[in-house]
This record gives sequence, C-alpha cells and structure tokens, in this order.
Amino acid sequence: MAGTAVRGRLTWQVATVAAVTEETDSVRTIALDLPDWPGHRAGQHLDIRLTAEDGYSAERSYSIASADGEPVMITVERLEDGEVSPYLTQELRPGDQMEVRGPIGNWFTWGPHDGGPLLLIAGGSGVVPLRAILRHRQRSGSSVPARLLYSSRSLVDVIYREELDQYGGSAEVRYTLTRNQPPDWGGFSGRVDDAMLARVAWPSSQRPLAFICGPTRFVEAVAELLIARHYPSSRVKTERFGGA
Amino acid sequence: MALDGNAIGGLLLEIFGSDMTSAEASCAACGAVGPVAETTVYVRGPGTVVRCRNCTSVLMVVARVRGLNCVDLSGLAALDADPPR
Repeated sequence: MAGTAVRGRLTWQVATVAAVTEETDSVRTIALDLPDWPGHRAGQHLDIRLTAEDGYSAERSYSIASADGEPVMITVERLEDGEVSPYLTQELRPGDQMEVRGPIGNWFTWGPHDGGPLLLIAGGSGVVPLRAILRHRQRSGSSVPARLLYSSRSLVDVIYREELDQYGGSAEVRYTLTRNQPPDWGGFSGRVDDAMLARVAWPSSQRPLAFICGPTRFVEAVAELLIARHYPSSRVKTERFGGA
Repeated sequence: MALDGNAIGGLLLEIFGSDMTSAEASCAACGAVGPVAETTVYVRGPGTVVRCRNCTSVLMVVARVRGLNCVDLSGLAALDADPPR
C-alpha cells in the first residue's frame, strides 16, 4: 500500500472535572463531565489533550475506570518525571477543563456476551481497565466467574482496595506484593510466576478469557506464562503501559 | 519503552474513521497475522512506528506534518478492519 496523507476526523470535546478522589498517595480518580459522550465499554480508554498558554500541547491516553453506563472516570498515577500526570494528580480541581476524545479501542474490552471464565491480571495502575470490567460484570448481573490477580509494590499502593475487597466470593481477588509485605500478610509475595498462576489461573480446559494490563515487561512476562499454560493467544488480551 | 497497538487506538481512529485495534494486520515480511492491538508500538520518536510482534519488521509509520497525518502502510500485506472470527 502506498503512503498517503489523511486529514484528521476524530473530534475533541471539552470535559469538565466533576470530582477528584484520592486513591493512594500518588493515584487519584478524576470524574469527568462530558455532555457529548457517546458511552463507552469496559476496558476502553480515552485521550486527553492539555494545552498551555503558549500553545504547547501534550496528549496522553488513560484507561476508563468506570463501567458501561457510568459517568466517565479515569484513574491517574503520578509519574515523578511525568509531564502530564503531576498536573492531573496534584493541581487539577473540580471545574477545571481539558480536551478529551474517545472512547477508544474495541480490542481490550469485555461484555457479558464475551463469556469467560475471566482471568484478570494487573500490574500497578494496570488495574484500572480491569476494575471497569469487574464493575461492569457486577452491574450487568453476569454470572461469568472472575478472578483478579493484582500485583502491587506494597499494600499502600493498592488502588481500589476497599472496592475490590467488597466482592467477597462473587469475584476472587488476590494480591501479590512485590516490594514489601505487612507482617501478617496472607496474600502472595513477589512477582507473578508460574507457581502463583498454578493457584490462580483457570485451567485452559475451561476456555478462560484473560486480560493482562500493566507495565510492558510485566504484561509480556505474564502473557508468556499463560501461553505456556496452554492458553490460546487469541484468548489472552494484553494492554501495555510502557514504563518501569 | 515499547507500547502496543491499544496505545494508538485514538490516532488510528482519527486516520481510518473506525476502530482499528481489533483489525487484523498481516505482516508483509513474515506473514504473521494478528490484531493491531498486539503489535509493538513506539511513540517517542519523531513519528509513531508500529512493528510486527513476530519478526519486528516495520508495519506502519505515522508522522504528523503541518497538521496532516502522513501514513506509510508499506510494511503491511493486508489490514482487515472486519476480520472473520
């Protein structure tokens, strides 16, 4: 196919910050008021564009943290060397405005008709789209079994902990803490490995559907482990954040 | 650090007018076929470079020049927006 030039056609709209909720020391959830939002599906993301007074602008993608039919929320982790996230996590206030386009991406999404059983594996803030999937599963009354394995540095870094713990038996949520663990810690410790997956992952004979989201190296390591456990690659959906 | 095709969902939607993350990309070099979402994507260069996850050949390059997206798809044998599943 020959190279060509095409004019842009996806439109940006103005979003107003409705509320901010601090999730951890470095993570906050931002609820956005988007009058022309067409609705989204769990797992999708949106693009944000911030423009400075001098005209310099920066674009970033953020996973949508809310379920289908809920108001749009994003959850943002502050990266110390970041250009956009320090503003979003420290300076942004309700009433502030930014440009947004979306929803984006039909690949890394889940709805009840996609079935399962679901195996959701998150590294750090990679939990955001998986939280949207769990919320959507709950709100839609889906009976698809679901397990979340969530890898975090330490317990204070776990995002949505209260909400995730509320699932009780209806969705199995397991944590692994890679850097430090409280003295009485009953969850997993260390990086996700095959021994951990042997305890958490559905057997491939059940035709599970896996979603992995997190830093690139994390996602690739976990996806490889699942393929080695005979998960077909078409049933292992991945989303990479780059980063550490 | 490499991302994947999900990260350029917005850019490709802007260019193609419909979601391309679930579109099936066929590599012109090695023949590997898979969803755009699973390609390897580099966004930090002067343009966006999309590579085959199997053989690392360049599949697509998008560079924004004076407000226009210049799109090179010569590394693709096919790009099917509505693949049979």
